[in-house]
Amino acid sequence: MIIAEQKPIEEILEMLAPHKKILLAGCGACVTVCQAGGEKEVGVLASQIRVARQEAGNPIEIIETTLTRQCEPEFMDEAKDLMNDVEAVLSIACGIGVQLMAQTFYDKPAYPGLNTSFLGFPEEHGVFTERCAACGNCVLHLTGGICPIARCSKSLLNGPCGGSQDGKCEISKDVDCAWQLIYDRLKALGKLENLAEIIPPKKWITSRDGGPRKIVREDLRI
Amino acid sequence: MVSKNPKIVAFCCEESGMPAYEHAVSLGLDLPDGLKVVALPCGGKAETGYLMKALDEGADAVMVFACYEGNCKYVRGNIRAEKRVNYLRERLEKIGLSPEKIVFCPVAPASGQRFAELVQREVDTLLGA
Amino acid sequence: MKSGSNLEKVFEKGVFAVTAELGPPKGNDVKVVMEKAKHLKGMVDAVNVTDNQTAIVRMSSIATSKLILDMGLEPVMQMTCRDRNRIGIQSDIFGATALGIKNCLCLSGDHQRFGNEIDSKNVYDLDSIQLLSVLKGIRDEGKTLGGDEVEGDVKLFLGAAANPFGDPFEFRAIRLAKKVKAGADFIQTQCIYDMDRFREWMKMVRDLGLHERTHIMGGVMPLKSGGMARYMQKNVPGITIPDEIVKRMVAAPKGKGAAEGIKICIETIEQLKEIEGVDGVHIMALEWEHRVPEIVEEAGLLPRPS
Repeated sequence: MIIAEQKPIEEILEMLAPHKKILLAGCGACVTVCQAGGEKEVGVLASQIRVARQEAGNPIEIIETTLTRQCEPEFMDEAKDLMNDVEAVLSIACGIGVQLMAQTFYDKPAYPGLNTSFLGFPEEHGVFTERCAACGNCVLHLTGGICPIARCSKSLLNGPCGGSQDGKCEISKDVDCAWQLIYDRLKALGKLENLAEIIPPKKWITSRDGGPRKIVREDLRI
Repeated sequence: MVSKNPKIVAFCCEESGMPAYEHAVSLGLDLPDGLKVVALPCGGKAETGYLMKALDEGADAVMVFACYEGNCKYVRGNIRAEKRVNYLRERLEKIGLSPEKIVFCPVAPASGQRFAELVQREVDTLLGA
Repeated sequence: MKSGSNLEKVFEKGVFAVTAELGPPKGNDVKVVMEKAKHLKGMVDAVNVTDNQTAIVRMSSIATSKLILDMGLEPVMQMTCRDRNRIGIQSDIFGATALGIKNCLCLSGDHQRFGNEIDSKNVYDLDSIQLLSVLKGIRDEGKTLGGDEVEGDVKLFLGAAANPFGDPFEFRAIRLAKKVKAGADFIQTQCIYDMDRFREWMKMVRDLGLHERTHIMGGVMPLKSGGMARYMQKNVPGITIPDEIVKRMVAAPKGKGAAEGIKICIETIEQLKEIEGVDGVHIMALEWEHRVPEIVEEAGLLPRPS
């Protein structure tokens, strides 16, 4: 899922400075699970903003809502009526949600309340780690189900580099060396021979490097 | 502006904070008029949303009374409550408010005296600020 | 001959080869390059010119290589994958070889987290093994990675790094085999302090027959003080320093640490000369280029073949 974290509250307050009445919109999907932008977080953030603005002698009215999802146009309807009454929306969905809000409610500013961080999962309660870089060209079948693009600091396809020590990456002892993990897993699977093969230069065209991406499925189009 | 009778919301764990509060009442100790006590089944139920909402709705301060470390009936509820309080205290500072508006107070069930003292200390802090 | 470089010729003659390292200045001061190069002239067969080592911005390795080439030294131009994509890399190789550079060491490059531009975007379009194969393709097939004909004739002696001390240890020799397969004509290893582990690695290398398909140069780096030894032992990933070495460095009397470091370095070279399959030594004495002559001389490596 998409992992995000809340922007610094100072930054949010700065964005909202010109407004007296806003909609604070959470999202019921990924950011609810990673506890950055769900219904609970909407409540806490709304209170914080109100308290801060009250203290500054410049109160703000905040309507709170949480959409089923902010990443699909049909769910935008859930915010339609509420948007009539406000000057702007602070979305605490991922960047997709913020953009869909902006696109749908074209005449009112949509502000991001989160930083969309990465694609990953909660490794333990309160600890989220990256797993996928959405490169558009999966190699997990070659690398023991561990992604070197997302998890190696250098995205090496023929790793590990010389900086791998005691299972950790050279950039930090808190970062696992993806290639150590790959080696261990392939060893456990009895597939170490995979690693003797040179993986050729990657076709990054399917990644962000090929420009904004788009998939058209004629079979699904109406 | 904090009035002379500040509004304080005390979230109290039923295993420690509530008995301590009741003990304070039974001893006839002075508690401020603005004190409102909310019982929680465990300190761990003191969610950031509740604490922030209390301030949002006009409380001058929020206190969380929970068990001492090692005494939580649910093992880590008190520890989690303290972490949340610390998180919110940081946030309060960032929005230009005193972190003393949210405090974590471990208490024993039979410490009515300490309960009353902590509340009074909080009142003094608020009025002094 | 793949390149006709001096380094390649030394290997061809079967002479124990010697290379050293030169770190370009953090600016365009040519005097710095000249001063460092002066100490190395006649002492080594080729000089590695680092490519923004530890991700610190420095004069480019191509320009610095050309400067020392004009001074009569032979450069081993280092090229990392951190800062250029496949377009930049191939373009730079055309340029470098046009300027007369004949050796290139292919590296992935230290992560920018270590340097002075930690907010930069890293490239890593290719990795070091893919880089070797691309350059081999340009040299041997006359084709770019994309398949275009190369105008001209690129002659290059291709090098790669190997770290016998990185983990997972058992995989290190297999990874070397990949580098050899990809095109590494010579290998320079990470600096060696743990001779037991290096010997163990060399055994695995020989078992795979790799020493017959590439030229392996053992890397050495003189320690400057007990403090440096202790720091490196604890903090530098991919380098192991045995306690005995640290003890020797720490025990050295005040002011004699450097001399002890050089002594250890010379002893290491003497041992390397005796190991089957080791064809040379690579001396990494960054910011200590002036101490290279005494190391080379005392290790009995002079004179260098002309």
